[in-house]
Amino acid sequence: MSNIIGIGKAPRRKEDFRFLTGRGNYVADVKRPDMVFGVFVRSPHAHAVIRGIDKTEALALPGVQAILTGEDVAADGLGSLPCGWGIHGADGLPMKEPPFPMLAQGKVRFVGDMIAFVVADTLREARAAAECLAVDYEVLPPVVGVLEAVRSDAPLLFDDVPNNLCCDWELGDKAAVTAAFRKAAHVARLSLVNNRLIGNPMEPRAAIAEYNRGRDHYTLWTTSQFPHVVRFLMAALVLKLPEQKVRVVAPDVGGGFGVKQFHYGEEAVITWAAKKVERPIKWVADRSEGFVSDRHGRDHVTEAELALDENGKFLAFKVTTLANMGGYLSTFGPNIPTNLYGPLLSGVYTTPAIYCNVKVVFTNTVPVDAYRGAGRPEATFVLERIVDVAAAEMKIDRVELRRRNMIARDAYPYQTPVLVEYDSGDPLGCLEGALTAADAAGFSARKAASERAGKFRGLGFSTYVEACGLAPSRFAGRLGARGGLYESATVRVHPTGQVTVLIGTHNHGQGHETTFAQIVSDKLGVPFDGVDIVFGDTDRVQFGMGTYGSRSLVVGGAALSKASDKVIVKGKKIAAHLLEAGEHDIQFEAGVFSVAGTDRSKSFAEIAGAAYVPHNYPLEVLEPGLEEQAYYDPINFTYPGGCHIAEIEIDPETGTVTLEKYTAVDDVGTVINPMIVAGQLHGGIVQGVGQALFENAVYDEVSGQLLSGSFMDYCMPRADHLPNMTVETHSTLCTHTPMGVKGCGEVGTIGSPAAVINAVVDALSHLGIHHVDMPATPNRIWRIIQNAAMQQAAE
Amino acid sequence: MIIKFTLNGRSRKVDVEPATPVTDLLRETLNLTGTHVGCDTSQCGACTVLFNGDAVKSCTLLAPSLDGAALTTIEGLSGSSGSNRLHPMQEAFHENHGLQCGFCTPGMVMTAVALVTRNPAPTEAEVRHGLEGNLCRCTGYQNIVASVMAGAVAMNEPAIGE
Repeated sequence: MSNIIGIGKAPRRKEDFRFLTGRGNYVADVKRPDMVFGVFVRSPHAHAVIRGIDKTEALALPGVQAILTGEDVAADGLGSLPCGWGIHGADGLPMKEPPFPMLAQGKVRFVGDMIAFVVADTLREARAAAECLAVDYEVLPPVVGVLEAVRSDAPLLFDDVPNNLCCDWELGDKAAVTAAFRKAAHVARLSLVNNRLIGNPMEPRAAIAEYNRGRDHYTLWTTSQFPHVVRFLMAALVLKLPEQKVRVVAPDVGGGFGVKQFHYGEEAVITWAAKKVERPIKWVADRSEGFVSDRHGRDHVTEAELALDENGKFLAFKVTTLANMGGYLSTFGPNIPTNLYGPLLSGVYTTPAIYCNVKVVFTNTVPVDAYRGAGRPEATFVLERIVDVAAAEMKIDRVELRRRNMIARDAYPYQTPVLVEYDSGDPLGCLEGALTAADAAGFSARKAASERAGKFRGLGFSTYVEACGLAPSRFAGRLGARGGLYESATVRVHPTGQVTVLIGTHNHGQGHETTFAQIVSDKLGVPFDGVDIVFGDTDRVQFGMGTYGSRSLVVGGAALSKASDKVIVKGKKIAAHLLEAGEHDIQFEAGVFSVAGTDRSKSFAEIAGAAYVPHNYPLEVLEPGLEEQAYYDPINFTYPGGCHIAEIEIDPETGTVTLEKYTAVDDVGTVINPMIVAGQLHGGIVQGVGQALFENAVYDEVSGQLLSGSFMDYCMPRADHLPNMTVETHSTLCTHTPMGVKGCGEVGTIGSPAAVINAVVDALSHLGIHHVDMPATPNRIWRIIQNAAMQQAAE
Repeated sequence: MIIKFTLNGRSRKVDVEPATPVTDLLRETLNLTGTHVGCDTSQCGACTVLFNGDAVKSCTLLAPSLDGAALTTIEGLSGSSGSNRLHPMQEAFHENHGLQCGFCTPGMVMTAVALVTRNPAPTEAEVRHGLEGNLCRCTGYQNIVASVMAGAVAMNEPAIGE
């Protein structure tokens, strides 16, 4: 059949047209009849007791429909925002899990914590009333940094959480690591900070809620990466509503990056309020509001030690990290710096013994949760930085040291000392490919040219592996997951042979409408244009865990592949009947069912037609219709990996770091659409470059105010900050996913921060610099250069 | 107050409060939701429109300034409605995978059209400089830059035979 566009091709995206012509349908674009507007009143203080809230004046203002506070939440007996992970400390005790009320009760714990929800006829009236709400605070001293938070004299966020310590978590064989360090020829040591980031998808968060009294039914439109999970958490656990009475719609969503994969209090509050006012309510966050309420990412303080023998073989790796959780536990919060961090510390190396201790700490800051990469960029940064430090100290070439310790391609499957077993990979192949693509051999000439121009030039390497395709439910359950992590897909074949796919993942930029259509076109031999993908609506799609952790293709695509296989199995039975042959004699290829060894055949569309017009059909043994559903739960994570090489130039006069070249060779398994994969890599790399060079969420230590609360203070990567990147794939196939795919959504963000900072340190190595914290801003680099010059002058 | 202006090639007369930002006028009053709001400090460029042919962040314009002016939004870029025809710059974004989530896309495309109108054959560096007022979080800009370069060629194609 014509127009089959299958796996490995690069059709242009089906979803583009609506976005290119202004016809997207984002939550902020949705209007409902008789709609009113909501505004959240947020705490201006980082830490305070709420002594009282006086609504009188605000309620008397024109247009005001309702003002709801934490007291109203308590009066209605609603639940607190649930955490999806319950981890345990080294002592075997469960993490401390204080309640996270959807509107603050008694106390506020970060600037931006929600105090009240004001609903009025117009947005202007809602804002005016919000301004007028009288809140009496008793301001308390805040604590914003993890080092300060665990001190014995630190202010406590929760009376029953001593030292603000949520959990003291560990992984690995401590005794084996201690023994290995005793016989080490060299120990490299490194202290570093992994800077706090704000994800900032370009679409601010928004929600609209509507209650239908006639049907006792709620609809919530929300900017979410996982509408079914929002429905489950919100309905079952927070609002205590029957799930089937709640429809959650996540239409077009303008980027997620993790920021939209949590159940936010705003969603629950607006849904609850919609019934009270009995009119649809719309809330759209300002960007400033997003800065103080979107969950933040990263924020680690780490000490690492790497033990090596005299030949540079890694003997053991020890990592101690303080991880900032912010003021409350968000949906995935405690999972990120523990289960998604410790198991990645093995990287692509054969380090036999690893021990990791993570103290998960509450502070008076926005809750911290997953942001693209989530734990894995942090692990990669620690490991790839300390490898460079060790290489410099032992005077072994950085690339050579990596080669000596890499897992050989034929050593897979490879069991690491930190839980995970890698199924496939070729780190050395990625490294060699990247060295060639980056023209590493020509670097010294380019460096000399930079020197002649008075500039410092540096080259930085980062290898990495990540665990994604989240996740095998049984494995995740052992680690503390409270939910499953499978995915579901329905393949609905229409009587004409056209196909609608209903899938539980969510497309917010990743090109699923195209990639998934290619999978169906490939498997069923139907035209690419004849396949539509439906997602993001709990009333249309059966169930799903959504999109995060590079799981959509790996887990969702596998469910789709399985459902397609079931369609073929049923189609063969129908074809056997129509062609008067045995079922086992029916072959299916490129959209045609045929009897082996004959010229008798039926097209896919003919089989679909027979299934829906079953006049000549085996009704005794087969149901009419052609629609199949599959749930897929992976048996392992997938392990994409690769090698990234950054080349930077520093202007010592200004401290400005310019990214000159960037090369990535990644192993993402089977590539369905190379154009889309390259786009994912570009975007991922630049988010990592943003962390390394530009982005930093900064809190004032005394007041607890977020100082980087706008795009004027929080530096986002812009077009003129960047060069063109070279991205290539060097794939080994995943051994346990149906198509051999590994996922590609996060690899760029995982590999790039270490590559860039290793390049910066390389450029400054002649000054005796062995580490630079992120972001490497002109200010920071200029100071480093000036200090080094002063030190050299003094010596 | 009553303002009269040309919107996407058609004359419009609207009664607005003078303090209404053009973003609100377009999105709330005229139901043209292709113009997006991505920040509140005029930093992101998602709301960029063509104001008398210049790329302007519409969050910085008040409705009265439209009086007598010509405004083009993403919805009107490819000409009159009722067809699936794309402007060469839109086509270039499609062909070069210059968009992912689509939220910054209308602003990027409008900025690109104005850039190429002023500078028909921009270098890559000029394109990057020209786009620095528009934030994209998805693409890393690489394919957007490629799209604008290709769109520039396509926009100038009719002139080749002259």
